[in-house]
Amino acid sequence: MHWLWCMCPNLSGSDKGERMKEFNVVIAGIGGQGSITLAYVLAQAAFLKGYDVKTSELHGLAQRYGSVPCHVRFGEKIYSSVIMEGEANLIIGLEPLEAVRACYYGSKENGTIFVIDTKRIFPLSVQVCKEPYPSLKRIQKMLRAFGEKVFAVNASEAVKKLTGSFVASNIYLLGFCSAKKLIPIEKEFILEGMRKVLPEKLFDLNKKVFEEGEKEGLYGKG
Amino acid sequence: MVERILSEQEKELLLGNEAIVRGALEAGVGFASTYPGTPASEIGDTFASIAKQLGINFEYSTNEKVALEAAAGAALSGVRSLVAFKSFGLNVASDSLFPLAYVGVKAGMVVVVSDDPSCWSSAQSEQDSRYYAKLAHLPMLEPSDAQECKDFTKIAFEISEKFEIPVLIRLSTRVSHETGVVSLGKIVKSEKTGKFVKDIKWKDFPPEIINTHKDLHSKLEEIAKEYGKRLSKLLQAKGNKGIITSGVSYGYVLEALEDLGIELPVLKLGLTFPLPEKIIENFLKSLESVLVVEELEPYLEESVCKLAGRINPDLKILGKNLLPIAGEMTEEAVLQAVSKLAKKKPKFDFSSHRKKYEKIKIARRFPLMCPGCPHRATFYAAKLAEPKAVFAGDIGCYMLGVHPPLETLDFVLAMGASEGLAHGISKVTNQKVIAFIGDSTFFHAGIPALINMVFNKSNSLIIILDNRTTAMTGHQPHPGVGLNGLGEPTKPVSLLDLVKACGVENVKIVDPYNIREMEETIKEFLASGKLSVIIARRECRLMTIRRMKKEGMKIHKFEIEKEKLSKECRQKLLSFGCPAIVEEDGIIFIDEDLCTGCGVCAQICPEAIKVKG
Repeated sequence: MHWLWCMCPNLSGSDKGERMKEFNVVIAGIGGQGSITLAYVLAQAAFLKGYDVKTSELHGLAQRYGSVPCHVRFGEKIYSSVIMEGEANLIIGLEPLEAVRACYYGSKENGTIFVIDTKRIFPLSVQVCKEPYPSLKRIQKMLRAFGEKVFAVNASEAVKKLTGSFVASNIYLLGFCSAKKLIPIEKEFILEGMRKVLPEKLFDLNKKVFEEGEKEGLYGKG
Repeated sequence: MVERILSEQEKELLLGNEAIVRGALEAGVGFASTYPGTPASEIGDTFASIAKQLGINFEYSTNEKVALEAAAGAALSGVRSLVAFKSFGLNVASDSLFPLAYVGVKAGMVVVVSDDPSCWSSAQSEQDSRYYAKLAHLPMLEPSDAQECKDFTKIAFEISEKFEIPVLIRLSTRVSHETGVVSLGKIVKSEKTGKFVKDIKWKDFPPEIINTHKDLHSKLEEIAKEYGKRLSKLLQAKGNKGIITSGVSYGYVLEALEDLGIELPVLKLGLTFPLPEKIIENFLKSLESVLVVEELEPYLEESVCKLAGRINPDLKILGKNLLPIAGEMTEEAVLQAVSKLAKKKPKFDFSSHRKKYEKIKIARRFPLMCPGCPHRATFYAAKLAEPKAVFAGDIGCYMLGVHPPLETLDFVLAMGASEGLAHGISKVTNQKVIAFIGDSTFFHAGIPALINMVFNKSNSLIIILDNRTTAMTGHQPHPGVGLNGLGEPTKPVSLLDLVKACGVENVKIVDPYNIREMEETIKEFLASGKLSVIIARRECRLMTIRRMKKEGMKIHKFEIEKEKLSKECRQKLLSFGCPAIVEEDGIIFIDEDLCTGCGVCAQICPEAIKVKG
């Protein structure tokens, strides 16, 4: 485990120029929510900043409305693309239950921060097999047992109001994390990463969504 | 993507699969072929995105065997070629691959296979394709990360051309789908046209073939001698405990050593076959114990045991007694095994962390067919028509019909296997049997099986789920759609004509969105007692929606009028299993963000579902 060498993510933005050993992000979501896209944006941003980067993702069958956890790691030198249990610095949950499913990547010891979208997407097992879907309050409590802090953000609803669809909620959460200085990469690199990864004609809209997420990070209740 | 693959920068972020393509471009590849299969699909898709621009001959072939043969034809004609597929694709291609080792190639030929430990995108088996190399007498290289994907592809071409032998590259999911920083070389202008020069050595018949077999072994020995060192990495450290590893596990070993804050000698092998035995022996000779870290089967461990017996019989060998033999390798497992070897405890208590996690009950989330998927409608109609039938499954998105609430597939074996098995079952039982097979899968391996059913008097029903694409692997074209891998128009092969030409009399094209017609046709064909084929034709909904959005067409969504919804209807809707039909806190509604307007639910419950106003 590397947390001994890691800077606290909350401080990393202010210590400009200092290199950190490594930073680990898990993006948990459902196939189709844009976990892989978000991972690519972060990876590009870290690459542009000059870090060594590795990501790990799953494709194919798992993508069709299944659970899709993506890993993004960056730092001085990254050997493996997969994050070890307990070692995530940041877990972004594009869906609350998926954040719970991936919570073992977090730990109190590593001061993991959770940022989750509050929009619940019920799996069929809840309707068909009567498996339980916990309340948001309960989910936050579950997550706190595996980390330092949980931010529950109403990203999907905000993005829907702004664009008419949920699709860019991943970018909204990225803006939120950036404003809260939860990711040790400056905004200029993140925007450049977005420019490289997202479709050109959607960049302006995504930038707007990103900035709305930032506002929520700066002035929201979270 | 194109920009990154053709980048002239010093470094670029590339997916393992993309790095394979970049390596091939740096080696001057002129021909590439594939049949899509996760986790190898992006190799073909990346070629598809750049082939036209670079003038490379690229194709999605009808199946992996054909893809391999086409690549071999190019290599025999002096054009460097690459063929890629997933683990099971190698099984399909193997019939031609084995003799190709004997025949040999003229220009370099690289065969890329990507295994899927943990079966993230595979239903059939957890195949470890390393054993193929030994069986087929072919060299195999095993990259550990994206950088090595690129570098090893270049070396593979070099070996192949020098020794006139096809070379295998073995990947696994986490290598194929890892993005990493890759140092780039120059893209080489390739030879795209060649000439087939007749050569007696390519006519490899008995009795000469026995000599060729002998020569093949000498060739492999030479390759181990010449490339073993170049493809290995040795991390020197003091001590008499060492680690041998390969592939994705190498990164896990380095992480483990760093986490434990220790240094041990590590030998990382890039040449999986033929193994560089001298290098391994030198590594083992002064050790007291060695840990072999490899994903899936104990392939390396078996050889380490053999070599240790020769050079260091007292060596303590650890491997599969500490590490999993099934499922993908995990960092946690490697850390714990290395910790046992080094007798140093990890700082983090994984087992209590795991226990804490396992106490949480989390509702399962199965992968599902998309809202509006025509396959769901076909399954629903089939269950209405003949709920007791045997439902034979095949490979594609429709495998997801195995999950609740549809649970329509009784088994899934391999590409095209639904028909063969359906035939066998119908021969020895008096049950009604329905085989479900996708359009791309039918072109891949369904045709000989259908002809067998005609030939041997089957009475099953085959439903070809014709969604006009190879959906699950990312919407690649197939012979029926009229476009090839370069996006050029081709003559579409008609499924209807094909099925008729095979001699099937009961054949009909039905739109799966018409539940009533589908149900009635299934009933009618099953009652006829004759071999029948229904072509369930409706484009993959993802493609339709994409096109409609592009053309600015409005998608008419549906809604439930709660007061008109009977208990019975409610049950029917839930058994349909559309992700857009949601039940929250006892209330059932259509999620307008997920609904794609297929309208099938409105046929199931006409009294309560209507187009949203």
